[in-house]
Amino acid sequence: MAKEVAILGVGMHPWGKWGKNFVEYGIKACNDALDDAGLEWQDIEVVAGAETVRNAYAGYVAGATFAEALGWSGARVSTSYAACASGSQAINNARAMILADMADVVLVVGADTTPKGFLAPNAGERWTDPDWLRFRLMGCTNPTYFALYARRRMDLYGATEADFAAVKVKNARHGMANPNARYHKEFTQEQVLESPMVADPLRLLEICATSDGAAAVVVSSMEYARKRNVDPVKIRAVSTVTPVYPQSTVEMPYFSTDSAAAVPAPALDFKESIAHAAYEEAGLGPEDMSLAEVYDLSSALELDWCENIGLCPKGDAEKLLRDGDTTLGGRIPINASGGLACFGEAVPAQALAQICELTWQLRGQAGGRQVEGAKAGITANLGLFGHGSSVICSV
Amino acid sequence: MSETKIAPSIEGWYTTGENPELLGTRCKWCGSYFFPKQETFCRNPSCRSTEFEEIPLSREGTIWSYTEHFYSPPEPYIFTEPFEPYIIVAVELEKEKMIVLGQAAQGVKSEELSTGQKVELVVEPLYEQEGTQYTVWKWTPVAG
Ligand SMILES: [Zn+2]
Repeated sequence: MAKEVAILGVGMHPWGKWGKNFVEYGIKACNDALDDAGLEWQDIEVVAGAETVRNAYAGYVAGATFAEALGWSGARVSTSYAACASGSQAINNARAMILADMADVVLVVGADTTPKGFLAPNAGERWTDPDWLRFRLMGCTNPTYFALYARRRMDLYGATEADFAAVKVKNARHGMANPNARYHKEFTQEQVLESPMVADPLRLLEICATSDGAAAVVVSSMEYARKRNVDPVKIRAVSTVTPVYPQSTVEMPYFSTDSAAAVPAPALDFKESIAHAAYEEAGLGPEDMSLAEVYDLSSALELDWCENIGLCPKGDAEKLLRDGDTTLGGRIPINASGGLACFGEAVPAQALAQICELTWQLRGQAGGRQVEGAKAGITANLGLFGHGSSVICSV
Repeated sequence: MSETKIAPSIEGWYTTGENPELLGTRCKWCGSYFFPKQETFCRNPSCRSTEFEEIPLSREGTIWSYTEHFYSPPEPYIFTEPFEPYIIVAVELEKEKMIVLGQAAQGVKSEELSTGQKVELVVEPLYEQEGTQYTVWKWTPVAG
């Protein structure tokens, strides 16, 4: 396949609340990824940074910030902002430059230091910003949207609060074996169901926290990898699709969906179209996947994603969960890393962390959370304002 | 005591009075509805219209989903202490074929709500600031 690129190295700074500057985390992740690739910083031709806007101003959390910190080497830089999908956009930039013969080897990095509590909109009076207005006019937080989907699963498909708790229990157990996870603590369903209700039906232990952390990936052309005599994990597809009008599902941070009065809603809704594009590009299907890393911003959202990435028809995700299919040792483990449930969200690093996990799994280096015989895996997430993100890797 | 003034929390998004309505726009070329108002370009990819008419949206719809909030959200949400839980409802409008969010009216209990239930629009206080009571649109179950 001509479109493949090689993953030569991956590295992470453990997730947590470390209270340091995000650059420190990023450097640690970069150096680990370089060591993993057997490369020196000066071998890198391009740094592709995944950005977030929270740290003072856009352009600060950028490719150049890390290039400077690693020591100006003349490397070119690029910077991507796509909220939670920033990492995939950065990977896609790296891949595009490699496939266009503009670079052989690229370092991709995302790192963040997050504030406490709910993610809040930017300060000041912002009367034309939907992200600001939804808080002012409705008190509509991120968990509001997660809870709307969760309630709908209950009313449409018979999901129960116990199902949502079971997702958390599963992911907490997976994360026990992940040294980069922030939380290493097992929970029982009862403990989850006793945690305070935040946005009914979702409880505190079912909504992901915000964390500090960093992830880095060294990608290269297949030829460059061959010259170094490595048989790398390959990136088979990167989907960064946007919605097709009318966007008919309720998405953060909007007040409404698009109207389907004049144009009928597309056959695939936005979240379905994200993985669909990745499968098309990879020439693989859901049946070929050994594992998936999906964006469990809430426990219930993981169930939505199981369907959105084609593992089962709509309404069947609870059965998949109850049958143990999505648990380590099951047919298709979901969030073997522990997912956001064990990491908390470090926005610009998260999509890259998903790729790090696939890489370790596909190399058989995932230790106590290893998916036996993993051959291919998919990541899925979605960044605010219409940024789709899905990456497929294979051995 | 001076009389409390009443004002909308945002101008031009809804009407007041006995039968309040949300104010959206409709594209004069393709008929797409928008809320909040879209007035300068059409988001339908097959339409380059620059002409829009203001149009009231359906006052009634059916619940798509709902959730009750037990923690006070961050700024810029404004509330009076002590914090009271509130409900957010996503409502499907049949004619406009769109889903619109909003809080549930005061006194509505989560147990009274269910997906598919009929609700209608009301205008109620949202918060009070410097002697002015600011209102917003909310949804309430249709009686009967
Ligand atoms: Zn139009």
